[in-house]
Amino acid sequence: MRSALTALWGIIWKDLLLEVRSKELVLPLLVFVLALVVLFSFAFEARPALVPLVAPGVLWSALTFLGTLGFVRLFSLEREQGGLEGLLTCPVPRSLIYAGKLLAGVLFLVGVEVVLLPIFSALFNLPFLLPRLWLATFLATLGFCAVGVVFSAMAVHTRAREVLLPVLFFPVALPAIIAGLATTSAILKNEPETAGRWLSLTLAFDILYLVVGGALFDYILGE
Amino acid sequence: MVFGPNGSGKTTLVRVLGCLTRPTSGWASVAGFPVHTHPLQARRAVGVLTHAPLLYADLTVWENLLFFARMFGVPQPGQRIEALTECLGLTERLHQRVRTLSHGLQKRAGLARALLHSPQVLLLDEPEAGLDAPALSTLETLIREHCAQGGAVLLTTHQVAWGLSLAHQAIALWEGRVALREARPQEYAPAFQDAYRRLLAGAGG
Repeated sequence: MRSALTALWGIIWKDLLLEVRSKELVLPLLVFVLALVVLFSFAFEARPALVPLVAPGVLWSALTFLGTLGFVRLFSLEREQGGLEGLLTCPVPRSLIYAGKLLAGVLFLVGVEVVLLPIFSALFNLPFLLPRLWLATFLATLGFCAVGVVFSAMAVHTRAREVLLPVLFFPVALPAIIAGLATTSAILKNEPETAGRWLSLTLAFDILYLVVGGALFDYILGE
Repeated sequence: MVFGPNGSGKTTLVRVLGCLTRPTSGWASVAGFPVHTHPLQARRAVGVLTHAPLLYADLTVWENLLFFARMFGVPQPGQRIEALTECLGLTERLHQRVRTLSHGLQKRAGLARALLHSPQVLLLDEPEAGLDAPALSTLETLIREHCAQGGAVLLTTHQVAWGLSLAHQAIALWEGRVALREARPQEYAPAFQDAYRRLLAGAGG
């Protein structure tokens, strides 16, 4: 158990260190999604009545792009750095590698969201602290990562991974994206019961993605 | 010792035994562990060095070795890393990023990674390529010490004379099959070299 935790921490530590050194993931993603949210906020000139209709779409467009671009880089970086095969020679279960990459991915995306959400709230005149909105975003990020890590590993050896990954990722992640979007919409319309139901559905998708992702990872990294 | 022309299957053999490639047919076992049914035990028993050092380019040598020590559950990793890097002449380069090292130094760092967990079996795919004379001498010493301590080394190379000087057994591969086999290569080195030359000439003709 202790050695599994050491290995898990090792993968996360290595990914964080690589990101600090290469700066290829978090910073470009942050700039991209901030630009997207700012552009949308000016395009829609959101009046108070329009905010619950427009804001969820803006937020989830940004989060969907964030997830897709993030996953393209997650395993590409591993390969470009040259250590992927070294990692595969290690005597750790593939499911542990999946968990490590998943947690590192969640940390990167949540790091971007921590900056994105307050700016989004300010631009659309929303309160900074909407705990359910943060929870919905976090749960959707977890679901995104659970699917994204699997497809990122699958696409890493293909030449057209930037094209292939969204094609594979979107159809599978769509239920989680819709559930997150509906949760946000219900929160902004002040419908707590509806938001709670969609939040539960997001959580159910997360569990499903995590179980299936963990089970499939061994086969995906097999070659 | 494994010899063979390009494309004969030397690297594939190393990759299959190192659990990096799944065999499409047949079976393979290393240190008594079948690679398809006991991959974790097989991986723990082998140290692999391929053409690439299998290290992260933007991490330093120390960070890379510390990461792999954690993954292999090496006890007291700091001491082990210091001992290995001193032996391989990497002490001065420990805190340098792998990306900035020369090919030969990267190879030495890759060798340190392969040896980190004191594996029973070392799988070395053309390890002499790119090494200077002192590094080659260190590699020979390491191989001899590893064998003297009861470990096994499977080494692929194109340098027949050099390979035979280290070998306890030698084979030559041809199109994925064993074409030549010698149980006492140091004793019958000239005969093996002649047979190997004929094999390659036959391939060319």
